[in-house]
Amino acid sequence: MNPATPQTASGEKLMIEMIDVNKWYGQFHVLKDINLQVRRGERIVICGPSGSGKSTTIRCINRLEEHQAGKILVEGVELTRDLKQIEAIRSEVGMVFQHFNLFPHLTVLQNCTLAPMWVRKLPRREAEEVAMYYLEKVRIPEQANKYPGQLSGGQQQRVAIARALCMKPKIMLFDEPTSALDPEMVKEVLDTMIALAESGMTMLCVTHEMGFARTVANRVIFMDRGEIVEQADPETFFHHPQNERTRLFLGQILY
Amino acid sequence: MDTHVFKPDQPAPALSVGPLGWLRANLFSGWFNTLLTLLGLYLVWQIVPPLIDWAFIEADWRGETRADCSREGACWVFVGERFGQFMYGFYPQDQRWRVDLAVLLAVVGAAPLFVAAFRHKLRYGLAFLLVYPLLAWWLLHGGFLGLIAVPTSQWGGLMLTLVIAAVGIAGALPLGILLALGRRSDLPAIKVLCVTFIEFWRGVPLITVLFMSSVMLPLFLPEGMNLDKLLRAMLMVILFEAAYIAEVVRGGLQAIPKGQYEAAQAMGLGYWRMMGLVVLPQALKLVIPGIVNTFIALFKDTSLVIIIGLFDFLNSIKRATADPAWLGMSTEGYVFAAVVYWIFCFGISRYSQRLERRLETGHRH
Repeated sequence: MNPATPQTASGEKLMIEMIDVNKWYGQFHVLKDINLQVRRGERIVICGPSGSGKSTTIRCINRLEEHQAGKILVEGVELTRDLKQIEAIRSEVGMVFQHFNLFPHLTVLQNCTLAPMWVRKLPRREAEEVAMYYLEKVRIPEQANKYPGQLSGGQQQRVAIARALCMKPKIMLFDEPTSALDPEMVKEVLDTMIALAESGMTMLCVTHEMGFARTVANRVIFMDRGEIVEQADPETFFHHPQNERTRLFLGQILY
Repeated sequence: MDTHVFKPDQPAPALSVGPLGWLRANLFSGWFNTLLTLLGLYLVWQIVPPLIDWAFIEADWRGETRADCSREGACWVFVGERFGQFMYGFYPQDQRWRVDLAVLLAVVGAAPLFVAAFRHKLRYGLAFLLVYPLLAWWLLHGGFLGLIAVPTSQWGGLMLTLVIAAVGIAGALPLGILLALGRRSDLPAIKVLCVTFIEFWRGVPLITVLFMSSVMLPLFLPEGMNLDKLLRAMLMVILFEAAYIAEVVRGGLQAIPKGQYEAAQAMGLGYWRMMGLVVLPQALKLVIPGIVNTFIALFKDTSLVIIIGLFDFLNSIKRATADPAWLGMSTEGYVFAAVVYWIFCFGISRYSQRLERRLETGHRH
């Protein structure tokens, strides 16, 4: 075991630790003193009104956004300007985007083998085996040789999940994965995410799917104006919210 | 409970589809368009038959001298007699097989790149780009390994045009891509360097650049060092066209959504792999029309090398028309030049369209 890896009181490894993280866009203070600890296998849902900084928070974890103050540690390794270190952390942290961001010039299979071949240096055959394994997990192995442009939104998002899993990441970040989908396709993506949660993956999901939060999350975090306002287990969060702002938000989205 | 019954599909009205529908929609869709169609037909009738008459029916095809040009139409005897000069310039007659062999090797060597089933295109292409120029230099210039030297001052005709254009394209594309990437770089020094380079070369006319290369450059070179005239011209063409390619490619880079960069970064791909595997393949596909446009312009602009005394295809024709033995043949000469240029440019254009269709993956950003 890596002695540098921080531990909680109960002795579990911390996968992510954010300590007093602050971020500004120009003069605009987007993240204010964010403190967050994520243990191995934890499934966290982050919700909040738009512009509350929830996407920015998870994008700081793989350094798609740079924070200006505070510390972020992923598996005990601090994110600094060191590019090699950033790339090493990114290869261990999978991300799924709102708009899928599949590579349109590559087939589904090539989308899934690209990073394993070029970052992990897997031979093509092995990378393709891994890719087919995860494409079967998300239940679209038959689309492997199609291009993303030929798939529905729900199928594309499932490919994006498989693509991230092909790197065998230790943490998965989801940035509003169902917000750009037609209502008919939300369920197939959520089912894939639930199956992934059941396999023990550490997950951070920014989402408005409260049903998903109820069934899957260990912890729900509510953010507003760049701050974590409240965090609790789903039962407490939905039925006994402590904060007035949380109550107002829940009242608006749960009708 | 009621079950909704869907209506069956009906065939489209007969007059809106098929050749009749096409004629109606495109040629006779109103009195004004009908008038334009008839006017167009009249112009075609006025122009095309006399042209065919001049170029084919009334033309002289056989003979050896000016005296054989006896008929009303074009005299292709001139082109036939001077064909060697148009193709090879002053390349020694008994050595011209070397040029033919170089062209043949280029065609045969590049052929696998156009076969869809061939899998190692990238590796093969790079190897070809590395080996072929050396081979071509040995064949065309020689002077070692058993071939007598043919100095570049004797090169000319279509061969010279193709050499300058091919070297220009092969050099300008990679340099242009690097400049485009540099112009979008986060590193201020690289960015300033690339912007300065691009704006300088785009700001001066090619003819000036070529002229300066032959008049000014020798002044700056150390005593006794003499850069080959053709080499200088090719270098200038590369630098000049690279600036244009850079701006075309930059347009493509700007069209790639931020999400593509983020997805590549989130997987742990570094800058060069992100660019080479994800961004550039998409950006270059988008700008194929612009790149081809630049290449076609480059191909035709090669005739400007006359300014430094190189005799490319167009200029060898021009010189031949000035020959007292063949006076009055300039129309035939220039028509021939136009046809040859057109065949090459049209070929490039068709190939690029085929490439675009083949790279189409059904995605719109």
